[in-house]
Amino acid sequence: MSVRTGGPEAPVHRARGARAARRARGIRELGVLLALALLVAGTALVNPAFLSAQSVRDLLLGATLLCVLAVGQTLVIVTRNVDLSVGSVLGLSAFATGSLFVTFPGLPIPVAALAGVLVGAGCGLVNGTLVTVARVPALVVTLGTLYVFRGVDHWWAAGRQINAADMPREFLDLGRLGLAGIPLPALVAAAVVLATGWYLASYRSGRELYAIGSDPAAARLSGIPVDRRVLAAFVVNGALAGLAGVLYAARFGTLDANAGLGLELQVVAAAVVGGVAIFGGSGTVFGAAVGAVLLTTIGSALAVLRVDPFWQQAVVGLLILVAIGMDRLLAARSARRLRVADAVGGDGRPGPAGGRGEQRRSTS
Amino acid sequence: MLRSPHRAGLAGALAALLLATACGGGTTRESAEEAGGPEATAVADPDAEIPEGLQVAFLPKQLNNPYFTVADAGGEEAVGEFGGEFKEVGPSEATASSQVSYINTLSQQDNDVIVTAANDPNAVCGALNQARQAGASVVTFDSDTDPECRDVFVNQASAAGIAETLVRLTSERIGGSGQIAILSATPNATNQNAWIELMERELEKEEYAGIELVTIAYGNDDDQKSFQETQGLLRSYPDLAGIISPTTVGVAAAARYLSGSEYRGEVALTGLGTPNQMREFVEDGTVESFALWNPADLGYLAAWAGAALAAGQITGEAGETFEAGRLGEYEVGADGEVVLGPPTVFTADNIDDFDF
Amino acid sequence: MTEPHVSARPAPPPGPARRPALLAGVPARRETSVAGALLVSVLAASLLVDGFATGRNAGFLILDVAAVALIALPMTLVIVTGEIDLSVASTLGLTSAVLGRLWLAGLALELIVPLCLLLGALLGLMNGLLVTVARLPSLAVTIGTMALYRGLAYVVLGDRAVADFPFSWTGGAVAALPGTPVPWVALLIAGLAAAFGVLLHATAFGRSLFAIGSNADAAAFAGIPVLRAKLWLFVATGAMAALAGVFWTMQYGSARADNATGLELSVVAAVLLGGVSIFGGVGALPGVLAGVLLLGTIRNALQLADVPSDTLTVVTGLLLIVSVVVPNLLARAREHRRRRRSAPAGPG
Repeated sequence: MSVRTGGPEAPVHRARGARAARRARGIRELGVLLALALLVAGTALVNPAFLSAQSVRDLLLGATLLCVLAVGQTLVIVTRNVDLSVGSVLGLSAFATGSLFVTFPGLPIPVAALAGVLVGAGCGLVNGTLVTVARVPALVVTLGTLYVFRGVDHWWAAGRQINAADMPREFLDLGRLGLAGIPLPALVAAAVVLATGWYLASYRSGRELYAIGSDPAAARLSGIPVDRRVLAAFVVNGALAGLAGVLYAARFGTLDANAGLGLELQVVAAAVVGGVAIFGGSGTVFGAAVGAVLLTTIGSALAVLRVDPFWQQAVVGLLILVAIGMDRLLAARSARRLRVADAVGGDGRPGPAGGRGEQRRSTS
Repeated sequence: MLRSPHRAGLAGALAALLLATACGGGTTRESAEEAGGPEATAVADPDAEIPEGLQVAFLPKQLNNPYFTVADAGGEEAVGEFGGEFKEVGPSEATASSQVSYINTLSQQDNDVIVTAANDPNAVCGALNQARQAGASVVTFDSDTDPECRDVFVNQASAAGIAETLVRLTSERIGGSGQIAILSATPNATNQNAWIELMERELEKEEYAGIELVTIAYGNDDDQKSFQETQGLLRSYPDLAGIISPTTVGVAAAARYLSGSEYRGEVALTGLGTPNQMREFVEDGTVESFALWNPADLGYLAAWAGAALAAGQITGEAGETFEAGRLGEYEVGADGEVVLGPPTVFTADNIDDFDF
Repeated sequence: MTEPHVSARPAPPPGPARRPALLAGVPARRETSVAGALLVSVLAASLLVDGFATGRNAGFLILDVAAVALIALPMTLVIVTGEIDLSVASTLGLTSAVLGRLWLAGLALELIVPLCLLLGALLGLMNGLLVTVARLPSLAVTIGTMALYRGLAYVVLGDRAVADFPFSWTGGAVAALPGTPVPWVALLIAGLAAAFGVLLHATAFGRSLFAIGSNADAAAFAGIPVLRAKLWLFVATGAMAALAGVFWTMQYGSARADNATGLELSVVAAVLLGGVSIFGGVGALPGVLAGVLLLGTIRNALQLADVPSDTLTVVTGLLLIVSVVVPNLLARAREHRRRRRSAPAGPG
């Protein structure tokens, strides 16, 4: 239903059009960055303490989880899927990590952390398999597993709570310590963003994710192993949600079965605000990461400005609408250029219903 | 494309309807009548025996909330002592609507006693009254409903006791003078507001003349939000000497923030917290002392109150008394309230004696 | 809709694979199986669960699913056209908050209620305009308005609860029809379901919705006013969500900004369980009603049987997945057989 902007690696070569689209993307991400800069500057003007070292550290730490989750979500969304279960996966993985420390008190930290990531990857594998093998729409699958994973978490926790005292000091310190003033979790998030961004841009399989999202049928015809790529995107997203769960455990120290409850919509919102098109084929992890930082900063800025916290959600909602509106404008512009660049045989079908035909085929 | 011939007519009709009802009076707040719950008519018999096999159901705000897990365990202990059947049910999300559905189920199952902590003082009222009409005794604990809809409310601590304790702990820590702030749950939480009001009154006393309450922040009982609000407080009030957070979520989030920041040991934090959540912050010096009632005792007392109601020992009238196992004798106060007792203060010296 | 990916198999040959357009509105086998599942679970619960098969419990059950049922009706039509509205629960919450606010301001309920319905229609109109005029994807739009409307609800009422509504209204909302245990709202739902059912299955407008959901481009070429139809559906959804909001507020006697948080997922789950395809073009209203009641029955019966709520959560999720996986696998098996049959005649 969205107008495709033509991902960087659309199966049909349209070099000039693709360049225009990339430029539009760049403008779009700069826009989010600008919004973030304005927000920070405006808040700092009212209250200079907002830019103190401690405050910046808090901001970075606060954005870590959302950032990691938004990166994973981007991988899934560019393939024209979505994963609504990430909040539940985070909760499950956080609880798994904590329980490991309770059951095996002497467990080395990397082992526990790896286990948490694996739990997440396992959840991602379930989602990905249902989507690719059973051919159930991702929205439905992950809506279902949102309930299932959370239910498993509740059943496992059975009202227990894991406290900071149950976990090794060194593990909890990971959530607080920093290198050169930058909190360690924020560095982990930055590493995730850079690595994923580099992979998407530089590896053939990474670029193929965009091709799949732009036009699944064409991607398949051009020989891309669509199912394998989509499955991999879900597994990696699950693993990143698992990593977020580990970071959550280290940072908050107190774990019950409700960790990460309702986080999924914030994650999707962060990606969308960061310029990842909800119908696949375009967007970068850098944009999504900036989107995540922007959403977190709004929360902190409103608290610092002592604005009625009730406004926060409304502001976020408005921001999402503005963001997709901007996407639409930029897409329309690059589609115009695309038509100029590619007068013969372009698929610039206008209107919200584009692509409906092939979508129907997969369900009949 | 919106123009259609019917629309003008539709709008006109609607406007006419609005005008008619606006002029015709209708049901407004002023004209509304008060709804009455069922009146207690029975007479208390202090010597009545607690019947064997009493079915007691605990319905907390939500399952998987460690605080209620401990409280319900206390209830189970009491039910075991008077030979009843204990059951814990509840929603996995703390909403009033799902609680209503569980109350209906309990009433359909003919449970003798329903012990609940309400997510909304009014939304569960109708269902609770239906259950009472069907013969169940209703005890609320931790969070009360409208007094019309329950027989007895077991209050965790008198509001005055909590306010007095928290103000005293803060004053001791900041040396009797400086700016303080309160980090509360939600602006609408009945408990919180009652305590805040009493704390404000307490601060008017002469001994606290040097203390200035600068603001009240709301963390919505959400960890992340409370964390951010604490950051916001310290940014907005650089001279802040102390924070009082009368909510377990808020005080833990504030402690976690302070503990990892440059303010550790500088800003005095106290509030209502659980020993397990606060242990590390007491150990690392972020928090010197905090207070809370024992939730296990709370659940224990609530179960005994329910048994006393079902047996007919009490009806919820002020002045009636009943035995509550190892906690001894309790008296029902005004509005059917039973108060557990003064809060316990936890410090580095005694915190290891508690595990909840 | 979020579309997972297009399957590798070639498009089914036109004709025998597709149901003829004339039959598009007639309930197909999927709805029958949901109705069958409902029947089986009601029978099983009556036999196995104490206290299920009573009039009083039926009343509780209907009241529990009332709000979901009211919103699921228009949502069915929206999803049939291939769109979605995730903002319904927030519309409900905002309506509830505004209702409480106006009541505090001293307005009469007889005036407040129509105003609230109007508000709901306007909120739906905003969704509709963003989808049809600005041509934004409904999934993204309604995730945005979900946050926006819920946020506005908090702005309007904060975290207060308004609860001093007259008993004639709060008690009236849950009152039963005279002489029966059935709440009157069941009649309201039945009436509205009949109206939406007729609209979807027995009018040209309804048939055009299936055409839009199957292929919006083709529908537009055939002269169907695609955008206008979608716009009206969003308006109707907003108004019905507002109606559910008014009912919810009176049912629980409490106007709050956080009323029905997360209900959109229950509504979507019930609609999909009822056999409506998330891609549009397929679905039937009786199936959706059966889906709503099936979810309600299972919840109610498991609760009565003292099954813990975490199991309920898992069951809800599994039911949703299974309800889509099984028909998908069956359809693939059927197609496999058909292709083998048609193989001698030529390449499928």
